[in-house]
Amino acid sequence: MSTIAPVNQPTQPTGPEEGPATTVIKSWKVPIILGVFTVLGFLLMVVFGRTGTSTMVLSTSSDLIQLPDVLLPTLPTGIVISILLAGITALSAWMVQTHRKVPLWLISVFAVLLLIGFLTWASADERIPVPGLLFGSLSLAVPLIFGALGGVISERVGVVNVAIEGQLLAGAFTSAIVASVTQQPLLGLLAAMVAGVLVSFVLAAFSIKYFVDQVIVGVVLNVLVTGLTGFLFSEVLAPNAATLNQPPKFERINIPLLSEIPIIGPVFFRQTLIVYIMYIAVAAVYYGIFHTKWGLRLRAVGEHPQAADTVGINVTGTRFWNVSLAGAVAGLGGAYFTLGSVGAFGKEMTAGAGFIALAAVIFGRWDPIRATLAALLFGFASNLQNVLSIIGSPVPSEFMLMLPYLVTIFAVAGLVGQSRGPAASGKPYIKS
Amino acid sequence: MSASQQPAVTPTKVTEPDEPSRWHGIFREITTGNAIISVLAVVLALLVGAVMIALTNPNVQESAGYFFSRPGDMLFAVWDAVSGAYSALFQGSVYNFRRPSFADGIKPLTETLTYATPLIAAGLGVALGFRVGLFNIGGRGQMLIAATLGGWVAFALELPAGIHMIAALVAGVLGGALWGGLVGLLKARTGAHEVITTIMLNYVAFYLVSFLLRDGFLRTPGSNNPKSPATKETAVFFDLLGPNYNLHFGFILVIAATVFTWWLLSRSNLGFKFRAVGENPNAAKVAGISVQRMYVYAMLFSGGLVGLAGINQVLGTTTSGFGAGIDSGIGFDAITVALLGRSKPWGVFAAGILFGAFKAGSFSMQAAEGVPIDIVLVVQSLIVLFIAAPPLVRAIFRLPAPGAPRRRPLPNVTQEVAAK
Repeated sequence: MSTIAPVNQPTQPTGPEEGPATTVIKSWKVPIILGVFTVLGFLLMVVFGRTGTSTMVLSTSSDLIQLPDVLLPTLPTGIVISILLAGITALSAWMVQTHRKVPLWLISVFAVLLLIGFLTWASADERIPVPGLLFGSLSLAVPLIFGALGGVISERVGVVNVAIEGQLLAGAFTSAIVASVTQQPLLGLLAAMVAGVLVSFVLAAFSIKYFVDQVIVGVVLNVLVTGLTGFLFSEVLAPNAATLNQPPKFERINIPLLSEIPIIGPVFFRQTLIVYIMYIAVAAVYYGIFHTKWGLRLRAVGEHPQAADTVGINVTGTRFWNVSLAGAVAGLGGAYFTLGSVGAFGKEMTAGAGFIALAAVIFGRWDPIRATLAALLFGFASNLQNVLSIIGSPVPSEFMLMLPYLVTIFAVAGLVGQSRGPAASGKPYIKS
Repeated sequence: MSASQQPAVTPTKVTEPDEPSRWHGIFREITTGNAIISVLAVVLALLVGAVMIALTNPNVQESAGYFFSRPGDMLFAVWDAVSGAYSALFQGSVYNFRRPSFADGIKPLTETLTYATPLIAAGLGVALGFRVGLFNIGGRGQMLIAATLGGWVAFALELPAGIHMIAALVAGVLGGALWGGLVGLLKARTGAHEVITTIMLNYVAFYLVSFLLRDGFLRTPGSNNPKSPATKETAVFFDLLGPNYNLHFGFILVIAATVFTWWLLSRSNLGFKFRAVGENPNAAKVAGISVQRMYVYAMLFSGGLVGLAGINQVLGTTTSGFGAGIDSGIGFDAITVALLGRSKPWGVFAAGILFGAFKAGSFSMQAAEGVPIDIVLVVQSLIVLFIAAPPLVRAIFRLPAPGAPRRRPLPNVTQEVAAK
């Protein structure tokens, strides 16, 4: 089955016929979207351009190697970037015209250029702390990445996981209590995994044993966990906050040498243990799914359970345990809320992160690496708003807050398009 | 879906009358084997809720410390806590026995219907989406846009009474329909998954409304509060039972909407196409139905119904001006309502009233007994879970599967929602 096929198609041809592999259907979607963004960028950066000098701060004060600040004259930078954007758009149009595929890297370059242009425009006569911006983005993205990994595992094995939100929340709640009582953040981390697994057990039991529609179970589980944690928070945690809701947070660990690399070091290698676990988790899930026996079986069960059953794979068992594993991974993301960033449990503290993670799964087309990148994009967009509100952006803050979601809609509609999940995802397997 | 969804949940019921009349259909829905499962599911969920209330009650915890010397104390404390909470729930949602007259005593029931009104409307919208195979999580955004457009008509325009209300109503429903239709259009034209776009449009709508309230046409002149001006008297939904009760015209509208949705889905040409696409888009395509167009229409109707919930808030419930939280989570509650109602219009109607009762009762439960409102979420979600899994309920209560052939039944699994 075509598990890996969608991965290698950055722009899927639209249109009804996808039969013979040789026909490349002209799709003007990419040039049109790029054109729209070019015009918007031109309007913003040149027509409504601002004069002044934008300063990009590249180093933090604690860095060993100090990079000088980059000074960009705002208006000329805008003009140059507009020209480059127009060039890329023309190039993509030419590629489509000559029946070529627009490569993903070209779109990435376009996005980065547009971003630099926007940052320059927004920070006229201001200073943008680039490492801080990226650091915050990663922090906001960590729970999303864990949640998305959980979603990828679960959906690849054929069980739609709408309950990511519930798994995150359960993880956050449990880790707060356990870490507060034992004063051991590591035990809290473990408890978060157990909590995520418990939520997954319910999901797996209802969807695999009782054949209940998986989306129903997922949605309901979210409500259930929200209610349970909210109830217990009001009745148990809030009155005993000092003993039950003051978990010790993870300390930041600087990795020697790596943490001194300019820009990258402070962002990626001065993080807490959970973030380092996340790096390992992303790599492990990617390697596991695509390069091990476990992953092959998992994908087989998710794509064609009957075939998997025929060759002797235990479909029910594979699904059950992998959904549980997905819960454990998502639970880790929940622990990040209480042990990594906030430091105490709050009612409904995940605030829809599970749904964003779900969107990242679909956006990333059920691929761990792409889902991670999508989660990072969401994290970056949210944090961009935080940074710009500090330096005082000329755009009303609400529109800045809206931006990540608008960009996602554009990206999903324009660049990703029809996304196909694992074939048997959402369908229970009934052995006949 | 009614024909194929039924076996998925109660795989044993096979006999179906040839051409059931409308009333017969409703009657059958209430009284078949499902009914007992539903009742038991509610009982079971309430039991779990009772355990939670008892476990967290301080009197129970105290008396549990000396359980072995005087077990009666703890049992009494448990009874006290649970019965107190549930009688408060009942008195807050159905009939208050402490009031002297019937007119006062029945007031909680009217509150229940008032709370149920937007839940039913939004639930119908989500259910309609489900029937076409679309998962509309965008209730929040659609309600907000409906409230924005309808609310603006309601406070900014000068129109005669009645006409003003209708104008605001139409504007609101159109707003919801547009916001929903956008999702359908994106899905039809580009294949963008509706789960992503609805979630994203929720946020977009929220920030858009926040901006409009702070600095746009929804701002109250001379006020720094992010709140719109009050709805004009001429546009407010009139009270159904006089000024002493909150129940308003919206409830009648919702009944009409339920009838309309029922007619649309099971009697109209379009509804047939909707259900065909929901059952199997590929087969529908082969049969000559434009699946893309159905997605757009379905999201228009779905958004419009959710928009009815939004405008109901502005014209009926919160007439003193609204903020960005006017949706108050109804868009998400509606998903559970639609699931509990099995995506059937009258099922959604009943589920909406049940959830409305829980909502109305939860406030009095919190006020009288100090039980957090969140317990209602737990009970609600457990009800849906149990109802969705009849074998589990049967196993717990040791019920025999009625008339079941001995072989393992083959559930006819429908693709209720293609959210992957």
